[in-house]
Amino acid sequence: MAKKTLLSKEEILHLAKLAGLTISDSQLEKLPNDLSSVIEYMSKIKTLDTTGVKETSQVTNLKNVFREDIIEKDRMLTQEETLSNAKSTYNGYFKVKAIFDE
Amino acid sequence: MLLEKTINELAEGLRKKQFSCEDLVKECYENIEKYNKKINAFITIIDKETALKNAREKDKTLSKATSRLHGIPFVLKDAYVTKNIKTTSASFVLKEYIPQYNATVYQKLLDAGAILIGKMNMDAWGHGSSSENTDFGPVKNPYDLERSAGGSSGGNAAAIASRMCVFAIGEDTGGSIRNPAAWCNISGLKVTYGRVSRYGTIAYASSFDSVGPMAKSVEDLAIVLETIAGKDKYDATSSPHSVPNYSQELKNSLKDIVIGIPREFFGKGLDKEVNDEIMKAVETMKKLGIRFKNISIPLFDYGLPVYYLIGPSETSSNLARYDGIRYGEERRFFTEETARRIMIGTYALSSGYYDAYYKQAQKVRTLFIEEYKKALTQCDAIIMPVMPTPAVKLGELLNDPLQNLLADIYTVSQNPVGVPSLAIPCGFTKEGLPIGMQLVGNMFEEDLLLQLGYHYQLNSDWHKQRPNLIKI
Repeated sequence: MAKKTLLSKEEILHLAKLAGLTISDSQLEKLPNDLSSVIEYMSKIKTLDTTGVKETSQVTNLKNVFREDIIEKDRMLTQEETLSNAKSTYNGYFKVKAIFDE
Repeated sequence: MLLEKTINELAEGLRKKQFSCEDLVKECYENIEKYNKKINAFITIIDKETALKNAREKDKTLSKATSRLHGIPFVLKDAYVTKNIKTTSASFVLKEYIPQYNATVYQKLLDAGAILIGKMNMDAWGHGSSSENTDFGPVKNPYDLERSAGGSSGGNAAAIASRMCVFAIGEDTGGSIRNPAAWCNISGLKVTYGRVSRYGTIAYASSFDSVGPMAKSVEDLAIVLETIAGKDKYDATSSPHSVPNYSQELKNSLKDIVIGIPREFFGKGLDKEVNDEIMKAVETMKKLGIRFKNISIPLFDYGLPVYYLIGPSETSSNLARYDGIRYGEERRFFTEETARRIMIGTYALSSGYYDAYYKQAQKVRTLFIEEYKKALTQCDAIIMPVMPTPAVKLGELLNDPLQNLLADIYTVSQNPVGVPSLAIPCGFTKEGLPIGMQLVGNMFEEDLLLQLGYHYQLNSDWHKQRPNLIKI
């Protein structure tokens, strides 16, 4: 009898869809337990009182780092270089699957 | 063996014509041929003839060279892009990726005349502490081939310990330089966030990632750091803070230094032998005139949740770029550990959970910054273990996703804060496994940490020990 986990198989599949991941059947058996145990452990963060505390998203103490609005030609890639790692190209473009129906 | 020498000794020997760059590079390849099959440290070995040709050119230009790294062979974690050299991040998602440009750290080393000989195995995308979460087979510890070399920069540490190169560039997001350094008996520095440019680094968690040196000694780390540190116009988060002459400053005498011992870092869960060897190192440092005082970091227990909520959140965003269209393979090639971290991050960032997890973690991150600041007003540096245990057996961490994360307990809280930390060898277990300690300092005080490490290494010889593997 499987114990009830924080995340169900349905929720795992939803997360995988959001993240663009494909989950195999055998992974789907393990993932509810694996992810739930990690998230339950991390949940202890909720017990800390953080009233009035500001969030930190970066620690550089830098603000508004700008550069001159000029094109650096020595750093530009040629069209050939840009496409050099693409699996599928057409007339100098990246080729992708159609997104919209006709 | 030339590879036992420090960078200063090598630079001097080259200039006195006692040996050549070619001799040095040849010796690296001899050791790679002898030991790499056993430890699996490399993902890509640069073609030997190419490296030797490069070395011969360096021999010719030596008289004009200004850097001590001229002609010195090194390796990069495979997380740095290198023009025309395959770069994988240890993942089949990038198994055939050939970058079109160079990471800044690599370019700076090339400009200094250093010679790249390999791209190293690691936990894919930096996701792990054992270099087992890789699509290229696990890295084995040169001190015990059944054990992990640590991670995620495991290939780097194993290669230095086996004397296959002089130094390496690692990347530390939550211990990835310090952990393998401790388990393989080498020295490694996690720099202050922004001290070294991240341009061309394959991102794990962008607000934690730091680029740093790994080597046999602290003196070597200082020479590499002064070469790679500084503002880079291609990385807006790199710091304009001036770069000290680290290798000169580390020789300054130690004056009125106080090191804090945070009781929470030496409590339950810490292996007794690790604890005891660090305490012996404390006694050694006391003899150098350093004073120690007990301090407290009460938030200690919340380090892992902060790290493992923000890190995966950032990685879920960073790894969204791998679409298999512009470069790389499809997303189904992500390993299980990477898929788990992406999904945990996706969960923490989802509407409905964002406030309770991601936002709360960012608030506790603020509290951690204040806590480290407070601790470092009472002392100049803080001493801590690197890992709770010596190197684990292969498979031990991989089988349990939560245990895998808990191994990082001492190394995860520095990255959200941004402070630097130096990991250095401080002893061995009875079984002969290396033990490391870390010294954590204020933002941009790498110079003090290196100075402390340098003086400790003048008075200890742990860092000179080598694995039995290469003694035969």
